[in-house]
Amino acid sequence: MPNLAIELHDSRVTGIRTEGSDVVLDLDAYDRLLSERTKLVAVSAMSNVLGTINPVPLIAERAHAVGALVLADAAQAVPHLGVTFDELGADFMGFTGHKLLGPMGIGVLVARPELLDSMEPFQTGGEMIRQVTIERATWNDIPWRFEAGTPNVGGAVGLAAAVDYLDAIGMDQVRAHESALTAYALERLAELDGLRLLGPGDVEQQGGVVSFTMAGVHPHDVAQVLDAEGIAVRAGDHCAMPLHTRFGLAASTRVSFSVYSTTDEVDALVTALDKTQRLFA
Amino acid sequence: MALEDLYQEIILDHYRKPRHPGRLAGADVEVRHYNPVCGDQLTVGVKLDGDKIAGIAVEGVGCSISQAAASVMTEQVIGHTVPVALEASEAFRRLMHGEGEGEPDEEVLGDGVAFAGVAKYPVRIKCALLGWMALKDAAARALAGQGGGETVYDEDEGS
Repeated sequence: MPNLAIELHDSRVTGIRTEGSDVVLDLDAYDRLLSERTKLVAVSAMSNVLGTINPVPLIAERAHAVGALVLADAAQAVPHLGVTFDELGADFMGFTGHKLLGPMGIGVLVARPELLDSMEPFQTGGEMIRQVTIERATWNDIPWRFEAGTPNVGGAVGLAAAVDYLDAIGMDQVRAHESALTAYALERLAELDGLRLLGPGDVEQQGGVVSFTMAGVHPHDVAQVLDAEGIAVRAGDHCAMPLHTRFGLAASTRVSFSVYSTTDEVDALVTALDKTQRLFA
Repeated sequence: MALEDLYQEIILDHYRKPRHPGRLAGADVEVRHYNPVCGDQLTVGVKLDGDKIAGIAVEGVGCSISQAAASVMTEQVIGHTVPVALEASEAFRRLMHGEGEGEPDEEVLGDGVAFAGVAKYPVRIKCALLGWMALKDAAARALAGQGGGETVYDEDEGS
């Protein structure tokens, strides 16, 4: 947990508040929080729960103005929106293979080279050293300095294949496809009374992820009925417990789209959700 | 595996109308068990008369399996001694893990037999066991004259 990691190093973590319906960041509150004492602003490029696309270039510009660095969590953004590191404006950017149609257990940290070069390693092991004696060691150049130990080679090869696959389709196409599906899903889901949709509800601000709760039915039960209908969704807090607490929820159900998703599947989802409501009525 | 095997009418009935809901007034012990992975939580209060469970109540939030199983648990243990309640708990645990031969014993399990289908959905086993785990905890504390407590489950515990 990043919050706890930072506490261990004796720094303070403050959250940027959300505004209004709590699905977009309150940028005025952000401005008030920023000061010369701010060292690092960590922000999600796209929420994996709400689908909210955060204005990272703007956030980064304001952070840099006070001398702070910016870390963007682009795990959802890279595979679903398409991201160019330089355009994003962050100093560090992370993403993961398993959301990119790749294998689990592999991810990427992109960083400005001069920053990485100025940093000490946090993990030691093979490959990251240059010279080792009994008393001391010197470190390798970047990036190997930060790639200690036996690498997950299979994962890296799989990740590269996934990247090539999406590149061949073109991220513009990927985003357009998912955007159309999201718009269709939002429209069809609105037909179901008893569904509370979380997220901006508008495809300009929301990527291909739709989370919701169903009145009187726990997300696990929703997921169970959908599973019996051949539909896979995620139920739980989606590694975003503070966000759920903010909404007064323990959990929600999440639908997410990818290049292989279709409108027929959205129709099947709505039929299954209706069945779920009837079962638990 | 048909959905009806999991969501039997008995289970849905216990979910909609738990048999001993709320906080137990005059409880000897109250324990709160919480599974953060899914958000299921139960507060179980027990009152003993010697080693007999004279009163029990469950206040909870969570999925239908966790809440219904807890309701069934209260029905099965109230008025019985702690040892008998623990036997029922063990019988239910065995049912969840698909252990044991032949038909589940309705004498011991009561409406708990309706949960037999849960054994085929490993992800839901912990849900069904939550209430029984809380009961065992509360009963042990009450017998030992200890106070109440809170248990939070991590990924590897339970089942």
